Amino acid sequence: MIRQPDPKPDVMARRDSIVAGLRALLPETGLIAEPLRLKPYETDGLSAYRQVPLAVALPETTEQVSAVLRFCHQNGVRVVPRGAGTSLSGGALPMEDAVVVGMMRMNQVLDINYPDRCAIVQAGVTNIGITNAVSADGFFYAPDPSSQLACMIGGNVNMNSGGAHCLKYGVTANNLLGLKIVTIDGEIIDIGGAHLDAAGYDWLGLLTGSEGMLAVVTEITVRILRSPEGARAMLAAFSSNEIAGGAVDAIISSGIIPVALEFMDRPAIHACEAFAHAGYPLDAEAMLIIEVEGSVEEQDRLLAQLSEICQKFDPISLKISQSPEESAAIWKGRKGAFGAVGRISPDYLCMDGTIPTSQLPLVLRRIQEMSDSYGLKVANIFHAGDGNLHPLIMFDANNEASFHAAEDFGADILKLCVEVGGCLTGEHGVGIEKRDLMPVQFHAHELQQQRALKSAFDPDWLLNPSKVFPLLEPEAVELPQAA
Amino acid sequence: MTTEDSIVALVQDAIRTREPLLVQGNGTKAGMLRPVQAARTVSTSGLSGINLYAPKELIISAASGTPLPVIENALAEAGQHLIAEPPDLSDLLGASGKPQTLGGVTATNLSGPRRVAWGAMRDHVMGIRAVTGRAEVIRSGGRVLKNVTGLDLCKLFTGSHGTLGIITEITLKVLPAPEATGTLILPGLDAVVAVQALSAALGSPFGVSGAAWLPPEAVARVPGLAGINGSATLIRIEEFAPSVVYRIGRLKDQFAASNAITLDTPASLAVWKDIRDARPLAAAPEDAVWRVSTRPSSGPGVLEAVRSAGVAGFLDWGGGLAWLAGPADTATHAAVEAAARAAGGVWMLVRAPDTLRATVRVVPDEAAPLARITRGVKAAMDPAGILNPGRLYAGL
Repeated sequence: MIRQPDPKPDVMARRDSIVAGLRALLPETGLIAEPLRLKPYETDGLSAYRQVPLAVALPETTEQVSAVLRFCHQNGVRVVPRGAGTSLSGGALPMEDAVVVGMMRMNQVLDINYPDRCAIVQAGVTNIGITNAVSADGFFYAPDPSSQLACMIGGNVNMNSGGAHCLKYGVTANNLLGLKIVTIDGEIIDIGGAHLDAAGYDWLGLLTGSEGMLAVVTEITVRILRSPEGARAMLAAFSSNEIAGGAVDAIISSGIIPVALEFMDRPAIHACEAFAHAGYPLDAEAMLIIEVEGSVEEQDRLLAQLSEICQKFDPISLKISQSPEESAAIWKGRKGAFGAVGRISPDYLCMDGTIPTSQLPLVLRRIQEMSDSYGLKVANIFHAGDGNLHPLIMFDANNEASFHAAEDFGADILKLCVEVGGCLTGEHGVGIEKRDLMPVQFHAHELQQQRALKSAFDPDWLLNPSKVFPLLEPEAVELPQAA
Repeated sequence: MTTEDSIVALVQDAIRTREPLLVQGNGTKAGMLRPVQAARTVSTSGLSGINLYAPKELIISAASGTPLPVIENALAEAGQHLIAEPPDLSDLLGASGKPQTLGGVTATNLSGPRRVAWGAMRDHVMGIRAVTGRAEVIRSGGRVLKNVTGLDLCKLFTGSHGTLGIITEITLKVLPAPEATGTLILPGLDAVVAVQALSAALGSPFGVSGAAWLPPEAVARVPGLAGINGSATLIRIEEFAPSVVYRIGRLKDQFAASNAITLDTPASLAVWKDIRDARPLAAAPEDAVWRVSTRPSSGPGVLEAVRSAGVAGFLDWGGGLAWLAGPADTATHAAVEAAARAAGGVWMLVRAPDTLRATVRVVPDEAAPLARITRGVKAAMDPAGILNPGRLYAGL
């Protein structure tokens, strides 16, 4: 079990009065404190770690969030914000003495404004829920993490989630205009609005990706975009990772920025094909899914150019989708990749480093060597255009040694990402999973500077305090204050 | 010779003596916001040069004092460009001689017309190095396009106007420059109808990357629009050449305007460069200049609201950015503030005599709880309060 800060004895001792105090602030069913009903909140998408919280609050309004946070602040109670609990880095993992503030009851789309191309939604609206609310009018919300059917926009903001189409449309941070936040002392603050540029400091940018450590986000103003006339995918298979990497370079150099450029290695191809029957080439070592947008004629022209580029890399096969159904089939395998790997191995860790794309062949070769030496299989899926790598490490959760080996293997991959000029996490967040690897990427004083910024928002370190930053040793536990 | 180490030493010295530092690159934007009272100046202009350019990885990294034209030329040679299209306001700000620097456009988060579709400078800063007010060199981000490792200080530094740290190196995401650019001009619309047209264009599937409205007196200031009488509503497409033809054609059909005009690539590039640099703005040398950012549909209302105060301007970003010029006095500034506030937007005083910009709110005040956080963050980054004190807010 990963280390958590010790529960505060005074909070544990006052458990009943804290529960009663919170119950008085919330609607009748808005507070959970019964052990059996707390159980579902003990973990998130990183299910290897579990901790039942002290209580779960389910506010329905920003004012209730404010009341809960003010109460927790006055009583020195730690708070862990939670959306749908899909975090793959353990961002919503509770602590024994913490109140989980779950946003799932704040699930309303409050306003849609097409002339200004924005929508105001509550934090508990699912990612796909935004697109669903505007798709009949031809609009969509761009960031599309794989968990988009379940994950909530509040969680996306806190993790700065990405997706397969970031290369063109950017990540969450690039698609937000405003936030309503509640600080730990219960203050409700509006950040930004429906306009593009803020006047003072970029609070919107700092809060996005802050992993629930600075404030609780209750409402979000998102940009909505008009859907393109159409989109179509092609599939290109190659005889080695190096050759496929060369094709990626050549595509980017051509001036074409596909809306998506996904890379799968041999184990990923096989896992996904067995699951989705998408017609993936099983004799290939590496495969690209390339998607373009525009009118039918524009798609034809771009796909023809892309085919010409891929031809120079001696492809094993090239398949241009001829219909929306064929495009859907090509994507089905990729989008079902996690489920597909889950069929081969019930337990896997999904890693999330980013590397300079030129380093891909080297990194995949080193990962294969690690796979051999750890004796654990790995499948690699890669947002090739933006360098975001997702190795899926397969292990057996019933075997503790296998789990620890998988963790070590994952840490080695992330260290390798940093070594070649990349970073520990591209879109999943640091959470608890990569917390102790932060010194690989940052100097001690850099982490201390980031901690001081947290202190400016949360001087008592009550908001999600065990995440992102390595725990300070007891003798050094005095937290930096923002002077 | 300026090095990052020499900047660290300068900051250490300033901390010890408690003497504020004026932080700048080539100083082309010294006339923006509030004047800084400082005993000494720390300039990044000696930190110059491209440290890394990997066109295939869409990444460029350069020292903050690198002249922006150096970056733009290097990108152009590889067929790429700066996504946010940062303006050159040197003429507007009365800065002559040295070009603006990469650090300057980053520290001020200045973006051009493409911002409406492709994001601001802050959206493309992938990595940053800076010397904080603690005299420490810190890094955030890196040289990859997707990175959520730790708090995003790239965005905090971008647009912080040198008040939180002295940026020494910036790594940007870049993109291929478009093969062609086309512009559809709808002449003669009033601001309200024009913004409706711009909203329709930006809400079309055709990937509009520029959307501006110029009143007649602004049109007259743009050489590339000679011959157009009355206002001009401009819609830009940047794409592969056949797509520009196709998309401009579709938009033209959509608006069914018999008097519509189209511009080819060279004409479009010239006109949008002028709009980028606010050249359509009729600002007399003694006038103040503001940028007001609102929801696009409120842009015409802002223009209308400030007219009686003798303020005029034009709209970019589909109506969401009003460039304004008018008398440099407190009453006029108050009128601009009121108009921006009524529209739910924000203002920035871009240019004014020192006496005015030292006494008014050059950007809106923050609500009290947020202002407390601002003071806390400033104290966390610059505990001695020596970096560009008072640049954004009096007393900070």
